[in-house]
Amino acid sequence: MTFLLLQALTGLASAATLFLVAAGLTVIFGVTRVVNFSHGSLYMLGAYIGWTVLGHLPRTPWGFALGVAATAVALAVLGSLLEMTLLRRLYRAPELLQLLATFGVVLIVQDAAQAIWGTEDLPLPRPPWMRGFIVIGAERFPSYDLLLIAAGPAVLAALWLLLHRTRWGTLVRAATQDRAMLAALGVNQRLLFTSVFALGAGLAGLGGALGLPLGSANLQLDLSVITDAFVVVVVGGLGSVPGAFLASVLIGVLQAAGVALVPKATLVIVFVVMAVTLVLRPHGLLGRGGTLAREAEAPALVVPATLAARWLGLAALAVLAAAPLFAGPFAVAVLTEAMIAVLFAASLHFMMGPGGMASFGHAAWFGIGAYGAGLAATLLAWPLPLALLGAVLTAGVVAALFGWFVVRLSGVYLAMLTLAFAQIVWAVAQQWTDVTGGDNGILSVWPSGMLADPRAFYWLTLALCTGGALLLRRVLFAPAGYALRAARDSALRAEAIGLNAAHLRLAAFALAGAAAGLAGGLDAFSKGSVFPTYVSIGRSVDALLMVLLGGVQTMAGPIVGAMVYTGLYDLLLQTVALWRLVLGLAIVTLVLAFPQGIAGALRRGQA
Amino acid sequence: MSDTVLTAQDLAKSFGGVRAVRGVSFAVAAGEMLALIGPNGAGKSTCFNMLNGQLRPDGGRVLLRGQNIAGLPPRRICRLGVGRTFQITATFASMTVRENVQMALLSHHGEAWRLWRPARTQRIAEAQALLEQTGMAAQAGRAACVLAYGDLKRLELAMALAGNPSLLLMDEPTAGMAPDGRTALMALTRRLAAERGLAVLFTEHDMDIVFGVADRILVLDRGELIAQGSPAAIRADARVRAVYLGSGATSGGH
Repeated sequence: MTFLLLQALTGLASAATLFLVAAGLTVIFGVTRVVNFSHGSLYMLGAYIGWTVLGHLPRTPWGFALGVAATAVALAVLGSLLEMTLLRRLYRAPELLQLLATFGVVLIVQDAAQAIWGTEDLPLPRPPWMRGFIVIGAERFPSYDLLLIAAGPAVLAALWLLLHRTRWGTLVRAATQDRAMLAALGVNQRLLFTSVFALGAGLAGLGGALGLPLGSANLQLDLSVITDAFVVVVVGGLGSVPGAFLASVLIGVLQAAGVALVPKATLVIVFVVMAVTLVLRPHGLLGRGGTLAREAEAPALVVPATLAARWLGLAALAVLAAAPLFAGPFAVAVLTEAMIAVLFAASLHFMMGPGGMASFGHAAWFGIGAYGAGLAATLLAWPLPLALLGAVLTAGVVAALFGWFVVRLSGVYLAMLTLAFAQIVWAVAQQWTDVTGGDNGILSVWPSGMLADPRAFYWLTLALCTGGALLLRRVLFAPAGYALRAARDSALRAEAIGLNAAHLRLAAFALAGAAAGLAGGLDAFSKGSVFPTYVSIGRSVDALLMVLLGGVQTMAGPIVGAMVYTGLYDLLLQTVALWRLVLGLAIVTLVLAFPQGIAGALRRGQA
Repeated sequence: MSDTVLTAQDLAKSFGGVRAVRGVSFAVAAGEMLALIGPNGAGKSTCFNMLNGQLRPDGGRVLLRGQNIAGLPPRRICRLGVGRTFQITATFASMTVRENVQMALLSHHGEAWRLWRPARTQRIAEAQALLEQTGMAAQAGRAACVLAYGDLKRLELAMALAGNPSLLLMDEPTAGMAPDGRTALMALTRRLAAERGLAVLFTEHDMDIVFGVADRILVLDRGELIAQGSPAAIRADARVRAVYLGSGATSGGH
């Protein structure tokens, strides 16, 4: 009993920092409608800056309080700078581009933090006053954790007062409900948005500094925190601060209980909570559906390729097929990678463009395919064709099961649920060391016999990937693809002519998952190994970048985008030390230069 | 006018404490144009949405050729032969005009899940015939998202007819259109109803249209059916006059 009580208290303590991050995220989303992927980076910066500041202050309670407050203010300033230089220009951009731009910030901050603070974990040495504890039963419970437990409700109360008892708070709540109406009333939105962002960033900084004594400042904080915070915000309801509090307590306690009772299933519990919440209450515990309305982008007319384009494609295919005859081994390796990327991007485009389901966790299917093929080849000693088939089927079936939850959601909720699922797969890959080998991965997944020759394997990859991409394309132009697009264009009309939109979306989701699984399986054999990075957020973002680079609205877009992106990426990786920084800057610049997407820019150029 | 297509029996729906529709009964026959009118808040939309499957009635039955369809999802109701047009047009913006109709035809014939032959090569003649009937043939190759509003309405009509319906439900068919376009659209509907023996039920705010085109009119007020009959009978009905003209208070352009 005492044990459970202690676990619950530990859970509440971690819920407090989680709530601080999630509250900022949810307020920012409520007002600006931007899903700020870089919020975890702000938290991480809070931890690092807090570590530096607290190192220079006296190690007393007052010194600590002063340091934490200074960190929060510093982050609020950084946040307003970020809002004024980047986000302000994105409020009218499609939400996926906003997510991408803020992911660019994540990359920039990662390299910047590494350059400033190094790669070592930086724990905060606990001063004597912080080492105090109280005794519960026969166990010790740190009094600092009690302080944290109190901090959650205190911040909630302060936020509530701020939002309900001040003029500024009234404006924030009004903007959350109807931004256009507030603008029509003549409210200065720029100032409001900047201040909201400052508040959110300040809360993230506060969380980062307060959480420091529990762990350390490290480079993994950003993505781990943002995933948890996304889950909390989605479960609580986008834009709802009390919802975020409720959800953070729920998830913090469940996580702590999970660690104690079923250590390996912790993330699964969190995921199940999220899935159940979204199925029962699609807008979260305290969220309201209406606030999510956005101006939809006008979809462009989809036309079949011209004869010239077909010939061009055929010529490109001929060159690709002949490439190993004149290109060196390195070029063949890069081309193999590019072909795999083509299928990966085409599969994401399939569900995201015509299917209207933008996934932020497409790496899940790629990774499941890669692990499926890798395990089949090593543990079961299956030959390559069978292992690849296993990869396709596993990814397809898991996608179909998971799709059952996904297809009833849309927009940001859908993107977040896919992201959360990909993180679960990633965590399983990393933690289930008996099977997946954890960070050491699965090694020696080499193709045997004739395919051991990289050129032969390249030809196989070329055939399977272009074949797969062309099949997806064929389906898109067939009645089923039209029906899928019909359900995206107008759910109302699709239903009125007798189409079952949910079934169509589910089928598209499963098919996209299976295709991504094939790409992952091929990648496993091509690299000879499988690592958890195959399922990382970065991998999902790669796919998104390829699709957005080529253009969501065109059918050839993902293919062109995948080739260009793979080439650029390899170039960057070889030539630049701070490649994340450069890539992040490139993403941010691209989004700022083409706020309507590159395809949109091209179309406007033609008009 | 004896061939009854749709019968509503004692329909009722409440939202919280508001009884939006109370015991409404009526019937529509094949080839008949039936208008559903009433002041704002009378329960027209609620009534309409119980017929097309958007809302499940609290009480009463909706019989389509004798089969109770109350509470079925819109997709099933469509398959039983009910075509719809919307107050704000709903078409597939990323397709051409003809492809929109082809999609509706493919769905009607149970071919929407086919995976191989390109959709735009299928059921071209049928689609073209429907576009001829609705006067849209000349625009078959244009994108649906660039059409003028009146043309979108006619495209919706063609899509609704693709399911070969016995009943057509039109929610505010002329809303947002210019006056001459309104008359033309309703004249077209009238002709199609006569040619195909189609029962048409529509809600409408434009009284010139209602009295000019409807065979019969239903008048709702505060959730109750207060009158039904020929345009002449409705024009002469004292209760209808009271509802529409009120006791000196104006009610917009009615």
